[in-house]
Amino acid sequence: MTEQTPVLRLEGIVKTFPGVRALDGVSLTLLPGEVHALMGENGAGKSTLMKVLGGIYQPDEGQIIVDEQPVVMSGPLEAKAKGIVFIHQELSLATELSVAENIYLGELPRKRFGLVDWAQLEANTNKILKKLNVGFNAKTRVGSLSIANQQMVEIARALTVDAKAVIFDEPTASLTDAEKVVLFEVIADLQSQGVGIAYISHRMEEIFKITDRISVLRDGQYQGTVNAAETDEEGVTQMMIGRKLDLSRNESHHELGEVAIEVRGLSCGNLYHDVSFEVRRGEVVGFYGLVGAGRTEIAETLFGLRNPSAGTILMNGEEVTIQSPADAIARGISLVPEDRKGQGLVLGMNCRDNMTLPQVGDLTAGPFVSDGAEVAIFDQYRDKLDIRTPGWRQTVGNLSGGNQQKIVIGKWLSMHPNVLIVDEPTRGIDVGSKSEIHNLIRELAAQGYAVIVVSSEMPEVLHVSDRIVAMYMGRIIRTFTSEEVTEDNLIQAISGIEGGKVA
Amino acid sequence: MAEKNLDAVGRFLARQGILVAFVLFMVGFSLWNPRFIDIDNVFGVIRSSAILGVMALGVTFVVIGGNLDLSVGSLMSFSAIVVLDLHENPAFGPYLAIPAMFAMTMAIGALIGFLVGYLRLNSLIVTLGMLSAIHGLTLTWSGGQNMDIANQDATWFGVFGRGTALGIPIPVLMFGLLAAVLAILLAKTPFGRKVYAVGGNGTAATFSGIPRARVVFFTYIISSFCVATAGLIQASRTMGAQNTVGQGMELEVLAAVILGGASLLGGSGTVFKTVIGVLILGFIQNGLLLAGLEFYVQFVVTWVIIILAVWLDIATKRGKLWSAIA
Ligand SMILES: Nc1ncnc2c1ncn2[C@@H]1O[C@H](COP(=O)(O)OP(=O)(O)OP(=O)(O)O)[C@@H](O)[C@H]1O
Ligand SMILES: [Mg+2]
Repeated sequence: MTEQTPVLRLEGIVKTFPGVRALDGVSLTLLPGEVHALMGENGAGKSTLMKVLGGIYQPDEGQIIVDEQPVVMSGPLEAKAKGIVFIHQELSLATELSVAENIYLGELPRKRFGLVDWAQLEANTNKILKKLNVGFNAKTRVGSLSIANQQMVEIARALTVDAKAVIFDEPTASLTDAEKVVLFEVIADLQSQGVGIAYISHRMEEIFKITDRISVLRDGQYQGTVNAAETDEEGVTQMMIGRKLDLSRNESHHELGEVAIEVRGLSCGNLYHDVSFEVRRGEVVGFYGLVGAGRTEIAETLFGLRNPSAGTILMNGEEVTIQSPADAIARGISLVPEDRKGQGLVLGMNCRDNMTLPQVGDLTAGPFVSDGAEVAIFDQYRDKLDIRTPGWRQTVGNLSGGNQQKIVIGKWLSMHPNVLIVDEPTRGIDVGSKSEIHNLIRELAAQGYAVIVVSSEMPEVLHVSDRIVAMYMGRIIRTFTSEEVTEDNLIQAISGIEGGKVA
Repeated sequence: MAEKNLDAVGRFLARQGILVAFVLFMVGFSLWNPRFIDIDNVFGVIRSSAILGVMALGVTFVVIGGNLDLSVGSLMSFSAIVVLDLHENPAFGPYLAIPAMFAMTMAIGALIGFLVGYLRLNSLIVTLGMLSAIHGLTLTWSGGQNMDIANQDATWFGVFGRGTALGIPIPVLMFGLLAAVLAILLAKTPFGRKVYAVGGNGTAATFSGIPRARVVFFTYIISSFCVATAGLIQASRTMGAQNTVGQGMELEVLAAVILGGASLLGGSGTVFKTVIGVLILGFIQNGLLLAGLEFYVQFVVTWVIIILAVWLDIATKRGKLWSAIA
């Protein structure tokens, strides 16, 4: 092929926020029909770069060039009109509206007199949904969908226009493996139509599976672009964080202590049935399964957010009823929830106040909150988790997605729980910090914490767990020790294939 | 370097948009009519704003907690009527009338807090309903009559509305003192932090072990305490009251709170900002009076100015006059 005309180019983009130089002269070229990965640590500036491209932020310096014409992107609608579609990292859907209305928001098909053409709308939407192979239809209310399905709605939006370029900002962060396959097909389809695709993700295996070229940002600066075929994980990691990572599987086996929490025959409506397991001090138990397998619901029950319909929970050998999160916290249970924006953070609050929220009642000097004690906790976990923020006063909503997640993790680690439950703990976290968080989980276990890790990422579960509980449709299919488990028998178990069952 | 400083100043001003609007308004009006800034006039405005101000302090908590309180005007009439009636009742007299009135007013506040907090009913509906219900209660109590203290010289009851201490009117002192206490409660205590969390993201607050219902409940208790205080000042100042003395004040109170910069969505605002909001509202109305505008015209102009001020506030925050995303 001869030299192709790029679908778009970015030249010398600079973007600053108060106290942060988020982008420092970044240039990038997107060719038609390529999948171009954008990588970098949390807070490196990936989302900001894409928001500049999508017209959400105006750059302080630099140019956007579409079809060799310099353009000014005054807003998302203009970007869309120029054929640039943006799928956000954080979901931005109207939860009270239907799937169809969300997909065509702002450009609903019209009949005479400006009335919405509902039949047309439904037909168009269902056509797109069919391509995506999802289990809901045009009329479903978005609020009733799981996060993964909401993500699919967001993706469906990209398919409504003749796009020249589609930007995916961590689209797979909350998708299951099956949904990922569908997404990759959609991407391949777009690619074959000559659409240029910018793809942000922290998941190396995906990057090497679907992308052609990889560009790396570090602290807002452009580090270079390489062909995916000519590099490997180590090479990219080196570019991203300037060092190598130890990715070996967990082998450390320390002494296990007493049973910290035990569950016997626990059921909750039709969410999960007859679940029994125990977690000892010093042990990490991974819960693996498809979305909807009931793992999050079990975690929520242990944290006092749901009432079990049958069964018992025992802590330190004694039967307990956990009525409320306050109850759970008092018993030394912490939960890092799966949805950081909805459940984990008060986005309008600053970093420090978010982190100390569950214990603010105890951090007092006389009747007042002790500023000093709070800042001390924040500083400690900022350093431990390498949280990138100009200071504790920064509003959490202004942090990058991965750094927000770290605030949630810090919030619950700082409670020094006996039982730590983490639900998708590394969603949206870069490779460097991810391995740090995994090490941290191991370290906590070594110190005698009982840890439950709910995750949809197989490498993560395999990496951190001493034992793995495989769930399917609300039931425990099998519990593996780290010696027994293989990728194959784990996949079989979570698909409900009984063949993997061993007495 | 200088550029950087300018930048910092700009950012500070952007954050204080409403304060800037206030200063501009004051300077503008004073240039036009020097009497506006006359010390007596300034004190006069503060004094006449005290009742509204005291109520706005309480509503600030409710709004930051993510709810509304439209019943405050009606509840204020209730407390004024009740305290006057009990004052005239030989079985009570002024000493018992005041605590009894506070107890009754706060019991109604507790009922609202229960409905909105524990039963999770929509606060707009609940407090709108309570606005009427309380009005009915007041009329029943008073039999539709205005209340008056018969022998005004024989009682010390007027001290809350008419008295002064150290040359400062008592209503202004009460407003200032209450503002200081509530500012500390909101900004410095765990309870205050929880109010912000519940209003900012109720689900995240629940996931952090914060008892959401209880926090909301207490915001209404605080609001009703402030209303009772306002009712006391009102009754004491005039030594008599109509059944409708607080009518319409709920919107003015809300305007002051929003003008101060609290978001109706909850999770933001401060006591200090509300005080600024109250003063802006007071000075606007005073300015219009000095300008000799008719009473009815004032309504219109007041609201035009409120909307302009809020617009200026938002515009400075986003650095543009209108939103690009239409
Ligand atoms: N609206 C904003 N106000 C202030 N700072 C911001 C804002 N948006 C982003 N930043 C800062 O800019 C930097 C880059 O953020 P960005 O979201 O682009 O990171 P990212 O590379 O997408 O990270 P992640 O992998 O965690 O999503 C971060 O330090 C972030 O705190
Ligand atoms: Mg990002």
